[in-house]
Amino acid sequence: MKVTFPHMGHMWICLKAMLQYLGVEVVVPPSCSKKTLTLGTKHAPEFACMPLKLNLGNFMEAYELGADTIIMAGGCGPCRFGYYAYSENEILKDLKYNFNLIVLEPPEKHFSEFLIKIKQITGNRSWYQVIKGIRFGFLKAKAVDEIERLSFKIRPRELVAGSTDMAFQQALAEIDRAKTPQELIINIEQAKNIMSSIEIDQIKPVLKVGIVGEIYTLLEPFSNQNIERLLGKLGVEVDRSIYLSEWINDHLFMGLIKKMSNREETCRAARPFLNHFVGGHGEETIGSTVLYSEKGYDGVIQLLPFTCMPEIVAQSILPKVSEKLGIAVMTLIVDEQSGEAGLLTRLEAFVDLIAQKKKQKEALA
Amino acid sequence: MKGYLGVDVGSVSTNIVFIDEQGDVKETIYLRTCGQPIVTVQKGLKELAQRLPENTVVRGVGTTGSGRHLAGVVIGADTIKNEITTHAVAASYLVPGVQTILEIGGQDSKIIILRNNVVSDFAMNTVCAAGTGSFLDQQASRLNIAIEDFGPISLKAKAPVRIAGRCAVFAESDMIHKQQMGCALPDILAGLCEALVRNYLNNVGKGKEILEPVVFQGGVAANVGMKKAFEDAIGVSVQIPPYFNVMGAVGAAVLAKDAVKKSVPTRFKGFAVADINYHASSFECSGCANCCEVVEINENEETIARWGDRCGKWSNALAKKEKIS
Repeated sequence: MKVTFPHMGHMWICLKAMLQYLGVEVVVPPSCSKKTLTLGTKHAPEFACMPLKLNLGNFMEAYELGADTIIMAGGCGPCRFGYYAYSENEILKDLKYNFNLIVLEPPEKHFSEFLIKIKQITGNRSWYQVIKGIRFGFLKAKAVDEIERLSFKIRPRELVAGSTDMAFQQALAEIDRAKTPQELIINIEQAKNIMSSIEIDQIKPVLKVGIVGEIYTLLEPFSNQNIERLLGKLGVEVDRSIYLSEWINDHLFMGLIKKMSNREETCRAARPFLNHFVGGHGEETIGSTVLYSEKGYDGVIQLLPFTCMPEIVAQSILPKVSEKLGIAVMTLIVDEQSGEAGLLTRLEAFVDLIAQKKKQKEALA
Repeated sequence: MKGYLGVDVGSVSTNIVFIDEQGDVKETIYLRTCGQPIVTVQKGLKELAQRLPENTVVRGVGTTGSGRHLAGVVIGADTIKNEITTHAVAASYLVPGVQTILEIGGQDSKIIILRNNVVSDFAMNTVCAAGTGSFLDQQASRLNIAIEDFGPISLKAKAPVRIAGRCAVFAESDMIHKQQMGCALPDILAGLCEALVRNYLNNVGKGKEILEPVVFQGGVAANVGMKKAFEDAIGVSVQIPPYFNVMGAVGAAVLAKDAVKKSVPTRFKGFAVADINYHASSFECSGCANCCEVVEINENEETIARWGDRCGKWSNALAKKEKIS
């Protein structure tokens, strides 16, 4: 059995770690590229959103590398993501790709439901082993998120253009390399050292922008045209409302690990504006915007793939949030389009806008 | 005479303006880009050099528009700014106290909200309401009328017909259907203007508070039919500023004036730019599966800029430490 999975940002590092730790053979698909998107758009229905198209491309590219089993998350609720795994599998079957499909539905009641699914893949390994494997994957997710947060802080302050991007790739490779939890501790140190060796301007004033929205477009840099990097280069320190480790804790571990920012807290913040589950991460989008405004961020950017219903609901509420709390909000809808000029114009103008607002506020203070 | 240059390289038009020390607009040039931004900029500069007195000194240059980076490296810009900022700068410069700017260009549509002379909000077309100017242009040529006559003809409408404004493809088939039914041309044109305004207000304006004074600018503002449709839809009068079709360039020139205030010497390469041999070439990078199309701009034999790579491998190699935008 050679297992593959769709890409979603740096998720592959943690999934690969978990599966390999449990002795499962893994085929990591080539990272999302123009080729992935071309394959996906060719075979997916036109009205599906971009995540489905990229998933499909990932699977097709992995098949060429010998993968025969797909693990994919499922879901329920108003977002149609829940049936993506099945419809992608049907499309692949029509194209004569022979895959086994294992869908990890989010546990309804208890974490044990998730463990049972994992056992399907890992066969006769002991429960103890399986739990250790999951823990190892989770540790990697946390490590990756930590390094990524560092890169967000460093990039707007870097002295040599592009040095953060290079160091970040090296640091990720360092984390990916660790084979055991013991090794990982050393490699995390190593990765942090790489990041701290970047030359930065300590006193440079930077703007702070929070990025909120649909999880896939937030986590997968190919789908959002590297928005975090583009903003960093414009001198903006970014933060993301969802990190992979937090999502795993919320949705797969059912909030088992405390002391992490979690969905309940975020949704509570959304209450005055949105008091109902709208599917996907619509509630979190509103809640995070409120929280960013409380933390003194200069602006918020909402990201969503074209036709994403939960985010469209959130989008129509955001102007009210923006008006009430006085925080600038911009919505960007991503799709197959890859022209960077349009995106850059909007980002530049948004950065100009929040810089002016900040100046005005400081002048008044 | 001393002054500043503003260059706006857009998808449809390339505009160049020259403002003097006092900030008065002295010359404006409006050219069609025709898909050849470098050649068009060079042509425009040549024309400008002929129009200006011989002892003219250019003290600063600003570029804007979707071709701003390209134009910036070709002519040597002191400031490279996005079109939203330059449009806002120009409008509040020419119409003091403006609170709302409706802007429709060849490719993009935007709304800019100013309060106390500072941009407080803006929106640009996301997935729709793009290419309104180009669409009007195309429909005019399909109906075999000059784009300049479009507005005046539409004003003669007695009962504008309803046209689907949701997307250009629907709008065109709806127009054809109304034509075949025998509706009068002025009624169809007026209907189209109303449909486009409706689409703009829904997709770009999205319920933003439109306060007076309202300024309508961009190439499409030349169309009186669109002006009337806007006034009918929002119920307030709409001003069209002088130089409405070269506002981006005016803003860029004003920003250039600010940029060189601290007596930094200008980077402008001189009007001789018009005679330099610029050559753009491209290659496909084989570093990864993205197969990025990397474009190189060469001045004579030297590569002065590169872009198009997602990872920054090529563009960073030439990037200078100091940034100009």
